Amino acid sequence: MKYLIFFGLGISIMGFNFPDGGLILTKVDQNMSSRTRIFESSMTINGKRNSRTIGSKTMSEGTKKSFTEYLYPASEKGTKMLKLKNQLWIYSQSTDRIIQISGNMLRQSVMGSDLSYEDMMDDRKLTEIYSAKVTGEEKIGDRNTFIVELTAKVEDVAYFSQKVWVDQERYIPLREELFAKSGQLLKRVEFKEVQKIQGRWFPTVIQYKDVLKDGNGTEFKMSSVKFNEDIPDYIFTKAALKQ
Amino acid sequence: MIRFILKGIINDRSRSLLPVIVVSIGVLLTVVMFCWIRGIMGESVRMNANFTTGHLKVMTRAYQKDAEQMPNDLSIIGVNDQLKRLRNVYPGLDWVKRIRFGGLIDFPDSVGETRAQGPVIGWGMDLLSPNSNESIRFNLAESLVKGRLPVKQGDALISDLFASKFHIKPGDSFTLLGTTMDGGMAFKNLVVSGTIRFGSSSLDKGAIIADISDIQLALEMNDAAGEILGFFETGNYDNDQAVADACSFNNQFKGAEDEYSPVMVSLRDQSGMAEFIDYVNSIGSVMIIVFMVAMSIVLWNAGLLAGLRRYNEFGIRLAMGEDKGHIYRTLIYEAFLIGAIGSVLGTALGMGISWYLQTIGINISGFMKNSSLLMPSVARAAITSAAWYIGFIPGLFSMVLGNALSGIGIYKRQTAQLFKDLEA
Repeated sequence: MKYLIFFGLGISIMGFNFPDGGLILTKVDQNMSSRTRIFESSMTINGKRNSRTIGSKTMSEGTKKSFTEYLYPASEKGTKMLKLKNQLWIYSQSTDRIIQISGNMLRQSVMGSDLSYEDMMDDRKLTEIYSAKVTGEEKIGDRNTFIVELTAKVEDVAYFSQKVWVDQERYIPLREELFAKSGQLLKRVEFKEVQKIQGRWFPTVIQYKDVLKDGNGTEFKMSSVKFNEDIPDYIFTKAALKQ
Repeated sequence: MIRFILKGIINDRSRSLLPVIVVSIGVLLTVVMFCWIRGIMGESVRMNANFTTGHLKVMTRAYQKDAEQMPNDLSIIGVNDQLKRLRNVYPGLDWVKRIRFGGLIDFPDSVGETRAQGPVIGWGMDLLSPNSNESIRFNLAESLVKGRLPVKQGDALISDLFASKFHIKPGDSFTLLGTTMDGGMAFKNLVVSGTIRFGSSSLDKGAIIADISDIQLALEMNDAAGEILGFFETGNYDNDQAVADACSFNNQFKGAEDEYSPVMVSLRDQSGMAEFIDYVNSIGSVMIIVFMVAMSIVLWNAGLLAGLRRYNEFGIRLAMGEDKGHIYRTLIYEAFLIGAIGSVLGTALGMGISWYLQTIGINISGFMKNSSLLMPSVARAAITSAAWYIGFIPGLFSMVLGNALSGIGIYKRQTAQLFKDLEA
C-alpha cells in the first residue's frame, strides 16, 4: 500500500515538472511578437527545376497591419503587398493594378514557395488561437526543448493543431509541425540561427516545407530585424502601394 | 468462261442492270452508314482530342506524371525547336503548342479597384497565325456569343456565363493573375474581345482562351510550352499510326534518366481514353453489324430471287445437254461478277458521299439551340481504311450466297419438271 502511494506521488511530481503550456506559449509570444517589426529578408525557393531567391522588405504593426515590398529579382521588383486585418492587396508594377486577394486564393503559395498567403497573414499571438499542453521533452541539436501540443480554440485558423518544440531556455520555437483538422501533417517548419536582437531571442532563418509538395522547401532568411520602431501610418494604406 | 460471262453481263443489260443497281445501292448505303456512324461515334473522341489529348501529345516526363495539375514549371523548354523537329519527322500531323493554366482574372472599376474577380481555367493556343486550325478545333466561331475572336495580341475570350454574372462586355480590360514557370507571381493585362459558351458548367463558370504568345509572356514561358499536340491531317484518329509514331519518337530517348526529356503519348494511351475508345468502338460496331446484317439479308434475297427467276433458262440449258454443275458454276460466277461490279460502284459512290460528309458535314445547328465548344454544330462522317472493303461483305458475299442457295434447285429438278417449266 505504501509503495502504491509513493508510486502515485512520484507520477504526480513528474507531471508537475512540466511547466504549464499556456505559460510557455505566453513567453514564446513575448519573444516572437512585438508592437512593430521592420525586417529585410531573402526567400530562397527550392523548386523542382531550379532555385530562386527573392528579396523583400517588410514593415508590420501588431498582428493586423503589414506592408511588404519585393526588391529583387527584376521580375518581382516593385511588387508590393498590403495586409490590413483579414484583407490582402497586391500591387503589380507591370500592370499598375491593385488587386485584392481573398477566399481560397489565400491558400495559394506565395511566389511558388512553401508558404501560403494565409501563413504570411496570420501573425496572431499563439495564445489567442491555441490552447497548449506540454507533452514531453526532446533535444534538438544542443538545445533542450519542451514539446508543446497546440489545439485551436477559434474557428478561423489555418492549422487546426500544431506540435511545437520550444527552447526551454530561450522560449522560442525551434521546430513546428502544422496539422489539418483531419490530423494530416501539412507543413514542417524549422527555426535556426537564433540571435539576441534588442534583448529578445529571435530566429533569423526559418525553413518551411510543405509536405504535400515535391521539392526541398523554402528558406526564409532575415538579414536585418528591428523591433518597436515607429512606422508612419500612411505606409499601411492602399495609396502607399502605388508609390 | 469468266470473260464470256462478263461479256454476257455487259451486253445483256436487261438482265444484269437491275441486279447491279440493287447491289450498288445496298453497298452505297452500307459504306455511307459505316462512315457516318464512325464519324458520329468518333465525335466524342474527337472532342477529347481537340481539347485535351490531341491524337499525339508531347510533354516532359515530369509533366506527364502530374498532367492534370497543369504543372507549367515542368514544361518543355526550347519548344520551337521541338516543333520544327516534329514537323520534319512526322509531316502527316499538324503539330501545335499549347499552355494550360489556372489563375484569377480581376476586372477593375473606374478607380482601378476590383470590380469582379474569379478563378479561371485557361488555354493559351495559336489563335493569330493565319494557317492555324486551333480556333476551328475549339469551334470558337460558332460558340461566340458576344464580340469577336482575338485578332491581335492582348485579346482574350472569356466564358459568357462569367461575363454575364459580372456585367462584363467586350472591350473591358482585366488582369490575369497566375504563376510563372519559375513559381513567381504573374500579372498580365488583357482585353475581352468576346465571350463564348463552352457547354460545360465547370468551364462556363470561369474559363479564358488567349493567344499563346500572351500567355507565354504572362507566365514567363519564353520558348516554352506545357504540351505539343499533334493532329492527323485527315482529322480522324488512326491508332496504329499514332502508336507507331509514339514508339519511334520515344525510342530516341530510351534509357534517358532526365525527367525533363520529352515523351510522346498516343490518344489511346492517355488516361482513361483506352476504355472510352473501346466503349465508343463497341457501340459503333454493334450498330454497323446490325445494319450490315439487314443489308445482307436484302441482297441475299435479291440474289435468291434472281436465281429463282431463271429456272426457265436453266430448264432450257439442261434440255440442251448442259451439265448441271456447269450451269451452277456459271450462276455463281455471274453472281460474283455482278456482286463485284455492284460493290465497286457502290463503294465508289459511297466513298464520294462519305468524303463530302467528312469534309463539309451536315449543319445541325438548327436542331441545337445553343451551339457551344463542346457541342459542334456540324456533324461529320469519318472515312477509315475499313470503309474501302466493308461494302463488299453484303455486296459480294450476300449476292453470291443468295444465288448459290437458289441454284441448288437446279440439282433438284427432274427433266420432266423442267419441260413443265418450259411450257409455263
